[in-house]
Amino acid sequence: MFTFTLRRLLLAIPTLLFISLIIFLLLDFAPGDPTAQLPLTIPPEVKAKIRESLGLGEPIYIRYLLWLKQFAVAEPLHAFDAIFGTDFGAGMQRVVSWQTRSPVGDIIAQRMPQTLWVVGMSYVLGTLIALPIGVISAYRQYSWFDQLGTFVSMVGYSVPTFFTGVLLIVIFAVNLGWFPSIYDTTHVVTDWDSFAFQVRQMVMPVSVLALYNAAQISRFMRASMLDNLGQDYVRTARAKGMSEKVVVLVHVLRNSMIPVVTVIALGVPTIFGGAIITEQVFKVNGLGQLLITAIYANDIPMVQTLTFIFAILIVLFNLIADVLYGILDPRIRYD
Amino acid sequence: MNFKTALLGAAAGSLMATAGLAERGSDGQVNIIYWQAPSIMNPYLSGGTKELEAASLVLEPLARYDEKGNMVPYLAESVPTVENGGVSADLQSITWKLKEGLKWSDGSALTSEDVKFSWEYCTAEGGGCAQSEKYNDVVAVEAPDELTVVVKFGVAKPFPYGPFVGAQAPIIQKAQFADCLGPKAPECTEANFAPIGTGPFVVTEFRPNDVIQLEANDNYRDPAKPAFANVVFKGGGDATAAGRSVLETGEFDYAWNLQLAPDVLANMQAAGKGKVVSSFGTLVERIMVNLTDPSAELGEERGTAKHPHPILSDKAVRQALSMAVDRELLVEIGYGDAGRPTCNVLPAPEIYKSTANDGCLVQDIEGAKKLLDEAGWVPGPDGVRVKDGKRLSLLYQTSTNAVRQDFQALIKQWWSEIGVETELKNIDASVFFGGDPGSPDTFQKFFADVEMYANNFDGTDPEAYMANWACKQAPRPETQWQGNNMPRYCSDAYDALVAEMATTGDINKRAELAKAMNDMLMQDYVIIPLVDRGRVSAHSNTLGGVVLNTWDSELWNAADWYRIK
Repeated sequence: MFTFTLRRLLLAIPTLLFISLIIFLLLDFAPGDPTAQLPLTIPPEVKAKIRESLGLGEPIYIRYLLWLKQFAVAEPLHAFDAIFGTDFGAGMQRVVSWQTRSPVGDIIAQRMPQTLWVVGMSYVLGTLIALPIGVISAYRQYSWFDQLGTFVSMVGYSVPTFFTGVLLIVIFAVNLGWFPSIYDTTHVVTDWDSFAFQVRQMVMPVSVLALYNAAQISRFMRASMLDNLGQDYVRTARAKGMSEKVVVLVHVLRNSMIPVVTVIALGVPTIFGGAIITEQVFKVNGLGQLLITAIYANDIPMVQTLTFIFAILIVLFNLIADVLYGILDPRIRYD
Repeated sequence: MNFKTALLGAAAGSLMATAGLAERGSDGQVNIIYWQAPSIMNPYLSGGTKELEAASLVLEPLARYDEKGNMVPYLAESVPTVENGGVSADLQSITWKLKEGLKWSDGSALTSEDVKFSWEYCTAEGGGCAQSEKYNDVVAVEAPDELTVVVKFGVAKPFPYGPFVGAQAPIIQKAQFADCLGPKAPECTEANFAPIGTGPFVVTEFRPNDVIQLEANDNYRDPAKPAFANVVFKGGGDATAAGRSVLETGEFDYAWNLQLAPDVLANMQAAGKGKVVSSFGTLVERIMVNLTDPSAELGEERGTAKHPHPILSDKAVRQALSMAVDRELLVEIGYGDAGRPTCNVLPAPEIYKSTANDGCLVQDIEGAKKLLDEAGWVPGPDGVRVKDGKRLSLLYQTSTNAVRQDFQALIKQWWSEIGVETELKNIDASVFFGGDPGSPDTFQKFFADVEMYANNFDGTDPEAYMANWACKQAPRPETQWQGNNMPRYCSDAYDALVAEMATTGDINKRAELAKAMNDMLMQDYVIIPLVDRGRVSAHSNTLGGVVLNTWDSELWNAADWYRIK
């Protein structure tokens, strides 16, 4: 198991290098210009100077290697310094955003809490709702509960978040005035009152996303449970006189979790990707909003760094899903 | 007590009355929402409007424009002119006097050295200063004493108010930015995010592309202002949500640039929490007519003056295209209160506005048909007019944008009524306006027959703007396809007017010249103006003192804002 993990980790390095090159080339060949959003009153000569000051005059391989060095060496050293108070990275050029002219790493660190709170919370909540719904729906297939669960899943799955989000805002923020329609990213929780405010401002974005996540996961859970409930070992367990509770929650659930765990694990990187639309609707300025504004502004260092971090997370969580497989199912061991 | 002091007293009294019990920081917090979030607080490193306006709460110029486009002194004692001796007779130097006792928000004194430094900062090699055009032709800035600044130009400048005037060219503190010149500019993140300024507010926290928190500046020159102790400047989302947060939920006090469908805004306003305000500047949505042949067969020479356009070189066709457009309807559908029909590419300020072309306000389909008939364009079997084997068929491009696509569809319909076939094309704005010489789809290359976009100019002086249509401004391969003369208009008479304006100082004479240039372009139909687009913002009913200004930052008078109790 250990050597398997190690081997996979080492193999991930060339994979990631390849991905980073592809991302870089794609962004570089895509049409667009970081000065395109500037007002037309700024003359083209000035725009040319701005592009030059952003380093766009250098040949492509130099820009790629420079970015790679900044991302792989300077940024980790700076992060290390920030945590341990050392100064190994002093004087090294970091990845700098074209929009803000400030290090990309700092902005990402600043955005991370919002995204983890809102998107992460909705994922946890969605999963917690989805698992029991999936189990009960499968156990009582075609009951009214199952029908209702199916209906809610279909709604959550098929109605886009930009619709549910705005709908919630119109009902609960505009008409009823219960929740704020704009998320305050600077809010700090210090006591019960401020905690209550934090909860109030998170209710709408979290429920929109949780509905979507729960819809997806509960369908997987239900399907997987149904597969297992008909298996021979279930009949054996019942024949041995085990209680329904043990049969369903120990024997069937554990086996059914194998594919579901993969789905859940592979969904974790998307949390870090933020929920672009939901963040935009509720003005939760997290990583998703950061990515979309960077794309609009043709802020290549920012887009590149963010997408590459997502790539790392996806590779990592693929590995975690594989390892979890081995833990859940003793038959699958990789040695 | 003489008459003058009596007047002063009365003025002071009325001020007291309107501003209530004005005291710094007495009105709590004001919430501003910009649906495009500012990325940086240094306007020299970003030309974007959102950054300029956010920075204008902190950084101030020597003088700025008021809502009518008049110049008002801010950090300067008065606005120098030739009459008061501030501008030299040869128009090559201007002398500004700073107000006495001005302080930066850190308590240190503002001196002429800071002003001089602002020029050095923006013109330093390798800095990529977005506002360097404001400092064009400046050869030296001198600081003979602490309060005097002399700007010297290399040429005669009839309008010497580029440097240090308006939100684009504010004064930054030398002590803070001294190590940030040229290529080092981006390294000064702290200074770029929280510049020390002279304005009414000071940055306490800046989160790029998210939110800015500010507090009242203790060292602001007027001890009674600003009335607000704190500002929360939130960014992000979209115009609809921003409008909703001010007009419907009342969470925010001021929302910027609500370019929304007229009925959407009216519905929001009906909730009764705030009001929509609009004001007009110089932004004109227009159709540019290509006078050169864009056909791909010409290879390297396509879109250059060597090959005149086969159809659009005929003035009758250009005129007919303009006559067929119903500008009133375009305004009603696209902009509502935020637009008005215009027949000029130079619609404001008032003294520059021509009335010679107002005939275009009325749509005249029959007249357009007649004009084309007379010019020999006869309808073919499919209704499209033909002359000498050339079909009246046009490619019409613009950027991707809901209102622009509506306009394209309407105009295509009107043009088909007069026998002109139109193919529509829309291009992503970042490519269209991107100016990448490698892309065939930029608005400068203009590989189409007509194209539509909006443009305006900074400040109130149209000299540089009108010079856009001089022959040498035509984008062509030799200029790497840069330039502002999209129609590739080339007229010796026009160029002569441009040259004359560059040496004319008298304001009335300048106005005549600018009008003459506008009329020339309009009557040659190389630019078809459509809509004079205003700025629309909204503020809450409890926010007082808002004066929407299109000539400067919208937040230009934030120091005077107060809470209506």
